[in-house]
Amino acid sequence: MTDRLGPRRSRLALSALLPGLPQLVVGRWGVGGLGLTVWVAFLAVLLTRWARFAAGWGGPLDHQIASLTVVAGLLGTWGWSMFDVSRQAELERSGISQWKLAAEAFKKNRIAVIGAVVIVWVYLIALVTPLIAPYDPAMQGPLMGRLVAPSGEFLLGTDHLSRDVFSRMMYGARISLSIGFVAVGISVTIGTLLGAMAGYLGGWIDAVVMRFVDMVISFPRLVLLIAIVALFDTQSIFLIMAVLGFTQWPGTARIVRGEVLSLREQEFVEATRALGFSRRRIILRHVIPNVLAPVIVTATLGIGNVIVLEAGLSFLGLGLQPPTPSWGSMVADGRDFLLNAWWISTFPGLAIVLTVVAFNLVGDGLRDALDPRLRA
Amino acid sequence: MPLLEVTDLRTYFTTDAGVARAVDGVSLQVGVGETLGIVGESGCGKTVTALSVLRLIPSPPGEIMAGSSIRFNDEELLEVEPARLREIRGNEISMIFQEPMTSLNPVFTVGYQIQEVLRLHRGLSKREARAAGVALLAEVGIPEPDQRFDAYPHQMSGGMLQRVMIAIALSCEPRLLIADEPTTALDVTIQAQILDLLVEMQRKHGMALLLITHDLGVIAEVCDRVVVMYGGQIVETGTTEEILTRPQHPYTQGLLASLPGIGDRDVRLNPIPGTVPSAVDWPDGCRFRDRCSFAWERCAESAPDLLPVDGRSSRSARCWLLDPDEAAGRGAHVTPGEPT
Repeated sequence: MTDRLGPRRSRLALSALLPGLPQLVVGRWGVGGLGLTVWVAFLAVLLTRWARFAAGWGGPLDHQIASLTVVAGLLGTWGWSMFDVSRQAELERSGISQWKLAAEAFKKNRIAVIGAVVIVWVYLIALVTPLIAPYDPAMQGPLMGRLVAPSGEFLLGTDHLSRDVFSRMMYGARISLSIGFVAVGISVTIGTLLGAMAGYLGGWIDAVVMRFVDMVISFPRLVLLIAIVALFDTQSIFLIMAVLGFTQWPGTARIVRGEVLSLREQEFVEATRALGFSRRRIILRHVIPNVLAPVIVTATLGIGNVIVLEAGLSFLGLGLQPPTPSWGSMVADGRDFLLNAWWISTFPGLAIVLTVVAFNLVGDGLRDALDPRLRA
Repeated sequence: MPLLEVTDLRTYFTTDAGVARAVDGVSLQVGVGETLGIVGESGCGKTVTALSVLRLIPSPPGEIMAGSSIRFNDEELLEVEPARLREIRGNEISMIFQEPMTSLNPVFTVGYQIQEVLRLHRGLSKREARAAGVALLAEVGIPEPDQRFDAYPHQMSGGMLQRVMIAIALSCEPRLLIADEPTTALDVTIQAQILDLLVEMQRKHGMALLLITHDLGVIAEVCDRVVVMYGGQIVETGTTEEILTRPQHPYTQGLLASLPGIGDRDVRLNPIPGTVPSAVDWPDGCRFRDRCSFAWERCAESAPDLLPVDGRSSRSARCWLLDPDEAAGRGAHVTPGEPT
């Protein structure tokens, strides 16, 4: 890092006041900008919503999480910046892992970095929603408040039950993002383990796993989801997460199996066998870390995919039960009023598009960064 | 009692084209602290022999056939339990491979990979394993071992990586080290250094070394005894000096004759004609007869066993030319340069 800000001491002082700024000044606009905006925004939340913040500790779980997020965000940003400024020299001395090389390549991809910043922000907003949402998402106002156009009082207007669209969108983000995150977590874990086992062990395990994958993939996904969801009386968020997660993994399993088949023949895997490592250890510690790159890419793209699917299910009325806000069900709510109250469907729809596009941009950026063949 | 005693090893692979008899009746011994070289061209079964010793043959398609025996330190390796086998691998028998660039896991530092072996086999703590690992790196001649410990494989050269592989192989003080073409992928100048290192480490730790190579120069430099393989079988055995100076089997003679000399640039290379036949379909009789300038009818009828040379059991060759019965009428049969 060039020393454009003078001695280390002054950079540390700057970092103590405005974390992220030292990084921003030396040209690391991605992390710097993110750090600085998180710091400023969370400080603002703390100051303007102090009452809600303080009350949050004794409130329901999501309020506690929100208050915790603010504290963790502030401490984390500050600590990261101080640590980052003080350890530069030390960092350059240690070994360069493939992850570091990939991170360098990723940072050069501006659009992907923007996508990553958007994703981080959407997650942060979702986490602190109870502190900043102007209204209760389920609260139905007076009849006169129906279908109010966007204004100072209702930033994005109100819907047919006079609920605030802006607040509902923020609460809906929590549903969409947590479903995307957990469902992909389930699918990546299952897909990686089964794919690696099928590829490395071969034989009947391979045959059984891959035929099952073929079977799941041969069903139209949405029809399969509708059939499974219809089996249950109540649609809890956990059901939707599980159903999406357990139908998402075959793609990951296929990719992992393919990678493992070629890895298995490499000498370093044979060397681990010659060193007397157990199969379990070889698969978990030596094979899987080598397939993480494509897994991360499919996971990132998969979150976008799952968010769209969840919105689709909610749109069809098979997602979460009202009044729980979800982006998909909000779009469905507004479709009868598109001509005279366009804002009800449009803003949640934009939120879906923005989030999914951000995930896809990051996924593409990661694919380029993690693929050594594409690296210049 | 030899440290390693392989008897009648047969390793076959089932392929679409038929059963490939990659190793077909190999018997050899390696004594404590001894260096045995296995030499032969590609496809002669030398690597499969080495992998069979550690039972690293992928199965299916490979199979070590019944009747084979691999005794190590008076323990039958073909019958031990998987847990005991894992204990032997890396701990008592280590192996280093041909391609140092791909023999280390690219996502971990070299230090981590040394540590892992030390912790697994010797039960060291993380800190102890690091100290031992750095000492090992220093021992195999890696400069600045403390810094190199945290380097990733892609940050090191092929020669350095082969040193790391040797360090890993030595980490548990094995009694037998199997080196499968350890210098083939390296520059000539580095080759000599790595060979010197192997010999030095072998003397220092009193290991036996089973060195697999196609390079007779490597054999000459390092080995006590040599086994020449052709077509999945041993065709000649003897001390290094005997093999290099008085080869008995026409194949060994051909190998030596095909070596380029230094300086005589006007002399054309003298290769062995033809190619190695397929392991699925070895010729009847002597497997070398199609390429042998001495071959006659008897070679097609049946294959000879390893016949003693000069009446000694430690020196043998698989050729009818050494049959005492042939000796009398030898001249009548041999028609050099006119293969049957």
